[in-house]
Amino acid sequence: MEQHFVDSETGSTALVPADFASLTRDESTALDRLTELFRSAAAGAGLLDVAYRIVDSPVGALLLAGTERGLVRVAFAREGHDAVLESLATTVSPRVLLAPSRLDAAARELDEYFARQRQDFDLALDFQLAAGFRREVLAHLPDIGYGHTASYATVAALTSSPRAVRAVGTACARNPLPLVVPCHRVIRSDGSQGAYVGGVEAKALLLALESGAQ
Amino acid sequence: MSAAVKTGSGAGSAGSGAPAGDSLPPFESIVATHGATILRVCRGLVGPHNADDVWQETFLAALRVYPSTAGVLNREAWLVTIARNKAVDHHRRTARVPEPVESVGDGPLGVGDAVVRSVEAAEEAELVWTALALLPPTQREAVVYHHLAGLRYAAVAELLGNSEAAARRAAADGMKSLRAHLGQNRKEDS
Repeated sequence: MEQHFVDSETGSTALVPADFASLTRDESTALDRLTELFRSAAAGAGLLDVAYRIVDSPVGALLLAGTERGLVRVAFAREGHDAVLESLATTVSPRVLLAPSRLDAAARELDEYFARQRQDFDLALDFQLAAGFRREVLAHLPDIGYGHTASYATVAALTSSPRAVRAVGTACARNPLPLVVPCHRVIRSDGSQGAYVGGVEAKALLLALESGAQ
Repeated sequence: MSAAVKTGSGAGSAGSGAPAGDSLPPFESIVATHGATILRVCRGLVGPHNADDVWQETFLAALRVYPSTAGVLNREAWLVTIARNKAVDHHRRTARVPEPVESVGDGPLGVGDAVVRSVEAAEEAELVWTALALLPPTQREAVVYHHLAGLRYAAVAELLGNSEAAARRAAADGMKSLRAHLGQNRKEDS
């Protein structure tokens, strides 16, 4: 006698018995409204550990994620935004919600940066995803000014381990806050641009943008 | 050069693959996956006019404890349990069941008009909610958990604190009374 339910994960209304068909009609509108209210309420109750939004940019869709302390993650589409969110849930907190307003300032400053109206970011940053030597490397990257570049070896020389050139490469590749913490300004000693977490095309575009070449 | 290595995430060790066995997905996906079902449950338990508040309370309570619930296997049953508790709180606060809708039709409605059709759909829904609210509590819950939320009878029995057979019977009796109520109302209306 038991009806077979596929799974309510599809959100399909087909699984509801005919007697209830009228009940599901306004569900999606009601849900959109409720979800919106829920996100504000969660933030108000201090339960929004990680807020995120996705913005468009000349280097593709960017995921921006922030904690109450500040921007914690900027991710390129090629990193897999879903995978990045799963990872944030595991490493920061599973209380992850789409909540654009916390990222308004970051989105605005990135817009200004891509419009060449901004050279430095003025944002609260949360570096909890970079520890130890990686954190130390990231701290030195803003020393490379807008429109300039430095080699991995030069950056290593600024740190407590001046010979750790490869580790500088790793720190850049794993930079949780690319663009804002300018790992794209670190290039190879031979002058070639080298790899980038956002892809080599993105790195070329950013360096061209900053040099004013367009 | 190691900079060429693409890492899945800022955390490094977690990588970009599937989450580890006991890791929790972002809460956003819990809302997206189960929001609709829980809304039906809330409407079924407290009626459509109070369901929004109970839904909010349910998801806020779920979010609050979420980080410590990695052991939960049936996420939907977990949420339904919270919704049930919130519905009980609601009934305790208001100490009454949802009011039946006030007079459904004044005057005959036109035909073919989209507005009229949507009004009729809303009225139809109100009839169902009203009929649900008239059921004895156990039947009402059994119908909501099984037929609206899609929970298996074993999970329904766990919520109701009875046996699977009793849960099945309560749902069947509930559906029978519901259809009787609805048939009556529809006849009266037309």
